[in-house]
Amino acid sequence: MGLTLELAHIYKAYGGQQVVTDCSFTFEPGGTYVIMGPNGCGKSTLLRIAALLEKPDQGEVKFLNGGNPIEPDINLKRRLTMVFPRVGVFNTTVAKNVAYGLQIRGVAKSEMQARVDSALELVRLTHKRTQRALTLSSGETMRLGLARGLAIEPDILFLDEPTTSIDVANTKIIEQVLRRISQDKKLTLIIVTHDAAQAARFSGRLLFMRDGNLVDHL
Amino acid sequence: METISQGFSRAVNLIFSGDRELFEIILLSLRVSGAALLLAALIGLPAGALFALKRLPLRSLVINLMNTFMGLPPVVVGLVLYLILSRSGPLGILSLLYTPSAMIIAQTVLATPIVFSLSLAAIVAVDPVIRQAARTLGATPFQEALTLIREARYGITAGIIAGFGRVSAEVGAVLMVGGNIAHYTRVMTTTIALETDKGEFDLAMALGIILLTLSLLVNFGLRAMQRQGQVEARFRQWD
Repeated sequence: MGLTLELAHIYKAYGGQQVVTDCSFTFEPGGTYVIMGPNGCGKSTLLRIAALLEKPDQGEVKFLNGGNPIEPDINLKRRLTMVFPRVGVFNTTVAKNVAYGLQIRGVAKSEMQARVDSALELVRLTHKRTQRALTLSSGETMRLGLARGLAIEPDILFLDEPTTSIDVANTKIIEQVLRRISQDKKLTLIIVTHDAAQAARFSGRLLFMRDGNLVDHL
Repeated sequence: METISQGFSRAVNLIFSGDRELFEIILLSLRVSGAALLLAALIGLPAGALFALKRLPLRSLVINLMNTFMGLPPVVVGLVLYLILSRSGPLGILSLLYTPSAMIIAQTVLATPIVFSLSLAAIVAVDPVIRQAARTLGATPFQEALTLIREARYGITAGIIAGFGRVSAEVGAVLMVGGNIAHYTRVMTTTIALETDKGEFDLAMALGIILLTLSLLVNFGLRAMQRQGQVEARFRQWD
């Protein structure tokens, strides 16, 4: 059973400016959510808080499994992952980058190989598997980031502006992959974007960040 | 001029003749410096990583002290260790003075701040997005630290090579705590000093050539590491 993510009365301020204000929302398992809003409105901050990468000033981030709350320990954290606009690429090959999350979980080598292969195939990077990851283009790097996140088969995948600084061809591949994941409904997708056209291309629930809170319409 | 050229040719002959004493001295030098470096790496790298990754108390004081100790005068280290290891000193009971162990300790003291400071600098310089990536992919704090150390490997190796350069060329501390005893604590640098004093330049020059070659190799290694690091940093800027 998938994870339900509940945000309850989240507040967060940066340098005296309140970016998230009394934000409450429930993300159901298997759903696709697209969060929109202008730059600097607090979308990324909220995403980082929801992904347990940052603590809120106030409020609670709860994860439920079949209605039962789960402790926010390393086991829970390993069921979530986030792809950032700047993918932190490890200085090794493309395949080893994708294998990273599996390696640190102690996944058996044969299974690791299969999961790396299928993640690379999904983002169409199989032909680059032995290439050094640092030599990829920015679009390919973003696809690598996505493959790396998908390989660990998370319950919730957070994506922060996944196509902001990349070309049309790479954007198309990433959107195709995300649409496919969204249709499978095996994991929860939470995508932050400021691109309205892109948001419309995803068939998920559209949310807006307004006055530091998530709303269904502007 | 003639003395230098004759000495040089005799030194080269000595190297290629497989002189036992010469190789004994080289071997001991490498053994002492290698052991010191290993110890310095075992202490300096984890400590450097810890101070790079954690907001420990007295962090800036320790970092400043270690940076200062990078330029520690070897004779001062020799003097302090002499006082500690001499019979009336606090560790006199161990009878370490004038042994290779004492020389290893002295060189470890000299190399550790270099390994510490350069490892710390290399780890701190790793792009923060790497740490973020490791964390979001499920790394425990320990796995995260190992990942950052691996990413900083060129800088860390450069630090270890620099540490080797420092200790292999050092004479003051090993002379004071090792005593320059023939066939026991005589290393390249102390032999060069002694032989020059005696006016016997063949062995001194032969060892000088070896030491210089070693120093050259160390510098080549260092440059190669720095170049590799720079190339990869350039790739990161495109990322």
